[in-house]
Amino acid sequence: MIQLDSLTKVFDTPKGAVVAADHIDMEVPAGEICILIGPSGCGKTTTLKMINRIVRPSSGKVFIDGKDTTDMNTQDLRRSIGYVIQQIGLFPNMTIEENITVVPRLLGWDAPRFKKRAREMMDMIAMDAEVFLKRYPSELSGGQQQRIGVARALAADPPVMLMDEPFGAIDPINRAVIQDEFLKMQQELNKTILFVSHDIDEAIKMGNRIAVFREGKLVQYSSPDDLLAAPENAFVESFLGEDRALKRLNLVKVRDVVSNEIGTVRPDETLETALARIDDFGYQNSILMVNDRHQPVGMITRSVARTTKGYCRDHFQAAPPLASLDDDLRKVASLMFAHDTTWLPCVDEQGRVSGQITQRAMTRHLGSRYRSRSEERIHAGREE
Amino acid sequence: MPFRSLLLVWRILLAVLIFVAGVWAQRGGLVEEFLYYLPDIQYQLVQHIWLVVMSGGLAIVVAIPLGVLLSRPSMARVAETLMQVLNIGTTIPTLAILALSMSFLGIGTLPAVFGLFVATLLPITRNTYVGLKGVSPALMEAAAGIGMSPTQRLLRVEFPNALYVIFAGVRTAMALNVGTVPLAFLIGAGGLGALIFTGIVLYDPMMMLAGAITTSLLAVVVDTLIAIVAFLVVPRGVNPSRA
Repeated sequence: MIQLDSLTKVFDTPKGAVVAADHIDMEVPAGEICILIGPSGCGKTTTLKMINRIVRPSSGKVFIDGKDTTDMNTQDLRRSIGYVIQQIGLFPNMTIEENITVVPRLLGWDAPRFKKRAREMMDMIAMDAEVFLKRYPSELSGGQQQRIGVARALAADPPVMLMDEPFGAIDPINRAVIQDEFLKMQQELNKTILFVSHDIDEAIKMGNRIAVFREGKLVQYSSPDDLLAAPENAFVESFLGEDRALKRLNLVKVRDVVSNEIGTVRPDETLETALARIDDFGYQNSILMVNDRHQPVGMITRSVARTTKGYCRDHFQAAPPLASLDDDLRKVASLMFAHDTTWLPCVDEQGRVSGQITQRAMTRHLGSRYRSRSEERIHAGREE
Repeated sequence: MPFRSLLLVWRILLAVLIFVAGVWAQRGGLVEEFLYYLPDIQYQLVQHIWLVVMSGGLAIVVAIPLGVLLSRPSMARVAETLMQVLNIGTTIPTLAILALSMSFLGIGTLPAVFGLFVATLLPITRNTYVGLKGVSPALMEAAAGIGMSPTQRLLRVEFPNALYVIFAGVRTAMALNVGTVPLAFLIGAGGLGALIFTGIVLYDPMMMLAGAITTSLLAVVVDTLIAIVAFLVVPRGVNPSRA
């Protein structure tokens, strides 16, 4: 757990004092990723760097796991915090192994122990130890280098990590891959992480919590979903962008919106039954056909059911695309747009139909908590 | 492949050329003349090497710590001014430095070593300073951020990464040093300058060449030795010649 208590930094510049961070109070619970975000010069990086004292706080305190770090030895403090920077900062004079084990060696681990640790770290970041440990950073691609950068920060197993735009210098495709890998690692490691980003999409993807900064002040600190649904003020709203309702699609899982009520037919039922069921459930175009194990196998359309006689098994069309319960709504929306449909059947891990998701349900879920600050202001203005 | 075969052709040509030059030298009596001066060469070469080792060694021992000191953040204000002073110092001709040191310390080995030391000091200090200052700020932040003390940062990060530039300075300075030592003869310190300057005065080209060629060979040998040391000492990851 990281607690910031009234943390303040004032820089003395030739033009006078500049308040880079103004009484920042926040708390990051253990095992969560907190993203610090805001426009450049907003104090997010300064705040991050005050925690490991790369920037000395002017006033205020930092607590890590309830312990006041003010009186701790700076070197000891830093060795207990993983640190990843945008420029990666691998030491070019050291091999990958030496880079990864630099903190363990500073802490005085013996050789067998830190060598074993280097191999564990390579396994964790899914790179081949035999191939890479003896190489030098200049022989690696940017994406590989930053994986090593993360491994170096994690090598001594610090409970807390600070990451300063760690994936900012990596091309978009590799960035997405590294982000996914990192999230997977975090599920096992449960580090408490402070993460500076300027990319709101990255923040929404990576963060359990997002702290929005502006001009040295913490403007809003909440979960990504709360942030997108209910921005604190017009600045946050404009920072999130006009498509913030769409961004929430990433955060909501099918599980949260699925309706368990779905009408189906079986192959051995007649088309007459199918038509009746389409009407019963109020479906517009078609009904899903499932097999004995309740897995979707096809679709009966209203027009076929109305004009033809016979059994469903002889007159079905290909099954529609499926959504699984752990998909996010963004993927579902994409499937709906791609297949020109307003609903998708949802299946569980065994591929059994467990419900359906409709466009209506999605818009209702997203819209129910959506608040617009600028519209509120206009209404307030009218009332006055 | 075409590049390699071209290189081979050049090597064969070079070997033939050296052979022809050797035959020419033999037939013109150059080799005989050289052998005549061999005892002088041997005696003066030892003096010459001593002057190089003393002045150069002293310069390296003083210049590198001085460069390190100037590159420390606490010295930032003084450092730039001091480096400018050193740069101006470099423009003073070495002969003038020797003359100045003679006027304070008299004649003999001591003023020569001192003068050579001053001339050699500057390039090494400058390259040490520039090399250390040139280490990327991101590396320094990473080193600090993972908990290295200032000394650990210097020894494990800054110095290894600046080493190639520092060695370049040492090479420049030592080449300069070997080439300047003949001037030390003028203030009574001996060395191969004895053959060169006596040869000039007596209008004896053979005598002059005996000193000059030996000095040149010594310069090449010293430079090669330092290059080999640099090749071995500079870590592979930051060593362009081992990339």
